[in-house]
Amino acid sequence: MVFRVFRVELSGAEIVVQALKDEGVEFIFGYPGGAVLHIYDALFGQEDVKHVLVRHEQGATHMADGYARATGKPGVVLATSGPGATNLVTGIATAYMDSIPMVVLTGQVPTPVIGSDAFQECDTVGITRPCVKHNFLVKDRRKLAETIKKAFHIATTGRPGPVLVDIPKDITDPNVKVPYHYPETISLRSYKPKVKGNPRQIKKAAELILQARRPMIYAGGGVILGEAAPELTEFTRLLGFPITLTLMGLGGYPGTDRQFLGMLGMHGTYEANMAMHECDVLIAIGARFDDRVTGKLDAFCPYAKIVHIDVDPASIAKNVPVDIPIVGQVKPVLTDLIAELKASGKKPDADALAAWWQQIERWRAVDCLRYDRESPLIKPQYVIEQLWEATRGEAYVTSDVGQHQMWVAQYYKFDRPRHWINSGGLGTMGFGMPAAIGVKLAHPDSDVVCVTGEASIQMCIQELSTALQYKTPIKIVNLNNRYMGMVRQWQEFTYESRYSHSYMDTIPDFVRLAEAYGHVGMRIEKPEDVRPALDEAFRMKDRLVFLDFITDRTENVYPMVEAGKAQHEMRLPPWINVDRELA
Amino acid sequence: MRHIISLLLENEAGALARVAGLFAARGYNIEALTVAPTEDPTVSRMTIVTRGDERIIEQITKQLNKLIDVIKLLDISGADHIERELMLLKVRTHNGYDREEIKRLSDIFRGRIIDVTACSYVIEMTGDSAKLDAFLANLTPGQIIEVVRSGPTGILRGERGLHL
Repeated sequence: MVFRVFRVELSGAEIVVQALKDEGVEFIFGYPGGAVLHIYDALFGQEDVKHVLVRHEQGATHMADGYARATGKPGVVLATSGPGATNLVTGIATAYMDSIPMVVLTGQVPTPVIGSDAFQECDTVGITRPCVKHNFLVKDRRKLAETIKKAFHIATTGRPGPVLVDIPKDITDPNVKVPYHYPETISLRSYKPKVKGNPRQIKKAAELILQARRPMIYAGGGVILGEAAPELTEFTRLLGFPITLTLMGLGGYPGTDRQFLGMLGMHGTYEANMAMHECDVLIAIGARFDDRVTGKLDAFCPYAKIVHIDVDPASIAKNVPVDIPIVGQVKPVLTDLIAELKASGKKPDADALAAWWQQIERWRAVDCLRYDRESPLIKPQYVIEQLWEATRGEAYVTSDVGQHQMWVAQYYKFDRPRHWINSGGLGTMGFGMPAAIGVKLAHPDSDVVCVTGEASIQMCIQELSTALQYKTPIKIVNLNNRYMGMVRQWQEFTYESRYSHSYMDTIPDFVRLAEAYGHVGMRIEKPEDVRPALDEAFRMKDRLVFLDFITDRTENVYPMVEAGKAQHEMRLPPWINVDRELA
Repeated sequence: MRHIISLLLENEAGALARVAGLFAARGYNIEALTVAPTEDPTVSRMTIVTRGDERIIEQITKQLNKLIDVIKLLDISGADHIERELMLLKVRTHNGYDREEIKRLSDIFRGRIIDVTACSYVIEMTGDSAKLDAFLANLTPGQIIEVVRSGPTGILRGERGLHL
């Protein structure tokens, strides 16, 4: 009797689609073209992996990125060779800088013509090498499934990041079939990210923390990426310490809680930056001491001993020397640290902590985020406050880059992780709206808002068409000040108000533009209309509404640590006199 | 400070470009770089000579370790090690005096003359980089036709080694 082992034989194109199914991929964001036509043919007629057809490949990367940030699952992108691939670069670099898990599949010209300057050929692996966690060129279809598995493994483990797989067209030839096997797990001898922290380091950290008299917790995007918000909250409440979050960390600790001092850094609150400057023990958790946080490096936290928890050893002591480094994922490290603190049976000095809080409350009383509420013009801060109320603080909010981004960070108090979605590291204008589409696909029943400005929104405006096709009724809050606001602010502060090319003489009529794309447009010009407009927009559950708020042109983001200044040398708004407030 | 970093990395297309690209992108200095497959054809051994203060060298080793293709690395200049570089040198020998003198000098430095014509020698010499520099310093620029140096390679002394 003959037994036959059943083996599935698939073409390269079918392997790509089957691997995505086996990986549990829900959406793939893409745009077809010559080198990926075999793959598109294999996608045809199947429903498991839903393809979202974008209008420009950059939009695909931002949608996949938004989806990944809102869910924790990797975003998946498909584009063709040459211009398809180069259009992805901005979005890949955006994901790389913020450590977002993403798998990017690109078509390449057939293997025999690689290197011959063929039509739509470019060195995709070479072009993307500096902005991916890793990339692959597949030269053997028998290794295609395993390579895709490796890509997902690398993208989602350790410090996450984008991984690109470049697939020449002949590898996906529908007429050549090979046995298909998708590995359940994969192990790479050269890649073993650390999970748990070193127990000796954790013990040392606990001892230092218990000796602190002016402690400060500084947490960042690693808390969000590492799903460690509950542990961070427990840790912070157990100790009763003040906490600040970076732009990327917002939502990692409840924004409405008393122990939260607001965001820190260039546009951080007065109390957060002052507490950083004066603290004697700094506990940095999943944060990377970015220049927008530290200000002038040699004046950063001059009195502090520093504990730094991070999954990436290269982030530790990169910019700032650290006393107690702990390499590991934030979640297990915090769990162990909490256990260590509880087991010690000790508490930090209660009197010292009370005195420290008294000092902090004096700084907080300066009320650095106060602004003119009587203005006849719409203040951008007011729009964000009203947005927070209208959505009960529960919306997913994406943003582009500039003043509006900072105002969301300051005035929308995020209580939960993965609800604040913005391009922090690369600072990519054009990110917000496509990202919001990706978020809405992941969370169709939640309110998803893109806060943007009239400059940023025009950088990926074409995706309004994608939003209609895939029925993603996001709300767009456009803070329209007829300026590239952040550029204008810097020009006011450091270039004696020479507004060199920071405004556009022509701006589209966004209401009619939204309507042309099949959506609803609203223009709001008076403060009293802000809230009713927002309420009306959120009542239109199944429509994308573009709210064009005509705001005060000259509003600046305060406080501000100007470039080259130390973190405590903040420029506060002209209507706040700190000396008088503190006296 | 001069450092010699030894790496074991996957013998994959693009691995060298990843290392070189990292140095270029982060502004680190590469003085010399050598690479060749090991006894295991899937693994390459690379030796990089670089300069930097302690903080920069720490970042270089951490960033290299982060590359997915890098399996292991070691800064061997921090331990007792042997360093060797190969130099091939072509010199002019127009007259008997030059021929005698260069032969003598080459012997002192334990070089070997491996090609001879009526008016030239090719000398093969190994040693640490400083020894090769010293040999060159003893020649006049007019005598040298060309110099080919491999860049240093290195290995730890004793039983300890960098292996899988």
